[in-house]
Amino acid sequence: MAQAIGEMEAKVNGTELSTADEEADAAGLEGFSREELHALLADMLLYRRFEEKAEEAYAIGKIGGFCHLHIGQEGLAAGAIKPLRGDDLVITAYREHTQAIAKGITPRAAMAELYGRTTGCSGGRGGSMHLFDTSVGFMGGHGIVGGQIPMGAGLAWAIRYRGGDQVCVCFMGDAAVNQGAFLESLNMSAIWRLPVIYVVENNGYGMGTAFSRVSVTDMEARSGACGVPAHTINGQDVLETYRFFEDLAAKVRAGAGPQFVNALTYRFRGHSMSDPVSGTYRSKEEVEAHITQQDPITILRDRMMEAGLLTQEELEAIDAGARSISDDAADFADASPVPDPSTLYDHVYAEINEHGRLFLGGRGEGPGGGGPANG
Amino acid sequence: MAEMTYRDALNAAMCQEMDRDDSVFLMGEEVAEYDGAYKVSRGMLERYGDQRVVDSPISELGFAGLCVGAAMTGLRPICEFMTFNFSLLALDQVINSAAKMLYMSNGQIPVPIVFRGPTGAALQLSAQHSQACETYYVHAPGVKLVTPATPADAKGLLAAAIRDDDPVAVMEGELLYNVRGEVPDGEYVIPLGVADLKRSGDDVSIVTHGKMVHVALQAASQLAREGIEADVLDLRSIRPLDVDAILETVARTNRVVYLEEGWPFAGVGAQIVSLIQDEAFDDLDAPVVRVSQADIPMPYAKNLEQLAKPSAKSVVNACRQVLYLPAA
Repeated sequence: MAQAIGEMEAKVNGTELSTADEEADAAGLEGFSREELHALLADMLLYRRFEEKAEEAYAIGKIGGFCHLHIGQEGLAAGAIKPLRGDDLVITAYREHTQAIAKGITPRAAMAELYGRTTGCSGGRGGSMHLFDTSVGFMGGHGIVGGQIPMGAGLAWAIRYRGGDQVCVCFMGDAAVNQGAFLESLNMSAIWRLPVIYVVENNGYGMGTAFSRVSVTDMEARSGACGVPAHTINGQDVLETYRFFEDLAAKVRAGAGPQFVNALTYRFRGHSMSDPVSGTYRSKEEVEAHITQQDPITILRDRMMEAGLLTQEELEAIDAGARSISDDAADFADASPVPDPSTLYDHVYAEINEHGRLFLGGRGEGPGGGGPANG
Repeated sequence: MAEMTYRDALNAAMCQEMDRDDSVFLMGEEVAEYDGAYKVSRGMLERYGDQRVVDSPISELGFAGLCVGAAMTGLRPICEFMTFNFSLLALDQVINSAAKMLYMSNGQIPVPIVFRGPTGAALQLSAQHSQACETYYVHAPGVKLVTPATPADAKGLLAAAIRDDDPVAVMEGELLYNVRGEVPDGEYVIPLGVADLKRSGDDVSIVTHGKMVHVALQAASQLAREGIEADVLDLRSIRPLDVDAILETVARTNRVVYLEEGWPFAGVGAQIVSLIQDEAFDDLDAPVVRVSQADIPMPYAKNLEQLAKPSAKSVVNACRQVLYLPAA
């Protein structure tokens, strides 16, 4: 475990986290304009405050079930998704609230889904793990580790089948690469040169198991056997991440075929709201060290301030805006209606066939209806 | 009408639908260059090209999931499993993804996909290649299931399955592929959820589906020689289920045998019996008897395999039982 994290930190530290050597001028930082930098900072702060609000709501029972927070990994939501086009597709696992917002689901619709309300982006039927909005190209929100990976290949297949030039970005956690679905999907993507970017949010742990305990190879080595090029990036550096994805998406759009991105990051909270932040699998000190040294928001903030592109007052205003949007989302969710019980059987089938019974019990008379009792 | 094999009828249905809808494509192991492990897709690669008739690697979970992903965007994949036995590897994508997607997404993402291939036993293929998989699929709300028994039903039901907006499993049978029968020419679609009375008789009802329809017809012929006339009701579609047709035959004969190829525990027959006792209890003159595969993995030895499979004789005796007659 220590070895894996040590290795990861070495890679993270080996990248350009230090601002000392960076060129910064009055116009911006690494080619980002002042406005772009402010927007990225605002995005990440929104994700952070949104998740903190969800955490708070969970603690008082407003949100139920499993709730996996993305706190610490916001650089990837902003850096990997913001460079995409509106019609590009994103599919992911269950730590996806911030990714959903990054792709265009409103904080209100995301929070209302966590609250199980009709105004949620999945009408209260999905919950924290199943956020969907096809109108912004956010294809979920999937709860089985690795289950989204073949579907990501399929979304890319459909893009190619129709002759489109969109890309599909398929996120997964580091533990998902040990599922057979990962190997099968990368292989098929390579055979058919599908326009898909597989992104491992490599936070070092699958729930409480360090990656080094379940793999003798480096993450990067995992895609090579299928002929999918691998890239390792520092996911805590949102600027590096953004530029990388901007470039990679353009290459894939132009026909470069599938790609595999090992994005190094760190989860600042427990696996889910039910799990401890630290404990038998990682020390409190390790977590603290990452929070103080590897926070993607702090890293960007400091660089902007050092470059004279952000004042304390501006930061406070941006943060106040993020808190306000998150508070508003929670208020909106809380005030929204719960699903109408009469809709219980809606959306099980897209087509209720004219003949025959689709449901046993409950749905009542009419096509597909249930008949008496639980027959 | 033209006489053709069940295999060619399936081929005709796929071609019929691929001709009318560009969003339909076929993917599976050996479906393209090899013409299909059972030659169901013979000639289709040449006719439609390798973008629409696609050989997959042996990755059931992977290509089933890929097809689900493609269907999430409105394409209409026909995902062929060389047999449904192998689809057990893909059940996560069938149940967790295809079946639940529409509900989880609050109606945003229909998954118009067909999973097809043979189910059940052929001859001496032993335990891992002889399994009837209906219950795994039909258990999950969100999935539909049809089990054509004849060439005409194969064409009409597969066409309907491809046009349906939901995931539909089309379960065929190795031993059915060579069966010949009259098949309507031109566009032919049989709506899901409509059972078919394959034989009429007022003394006893044999309700069944899939390949077992032929066993039921054999049993009915034997019974007829003894002066017992049996209804043979082929459900054709398990979900949606033609409850009216079941209740009609129960009301007419008052004696029912459910015949299926699968295992008895929590089998399709268990559900039908439950339904009959809920909705037609007063019509029964005898408890419903079920005939199924023996409750064991399929043995290899020919004599044991025969003992494990439902036979016409076991159906005849089940019918005699509900008629309170001694076993033949």
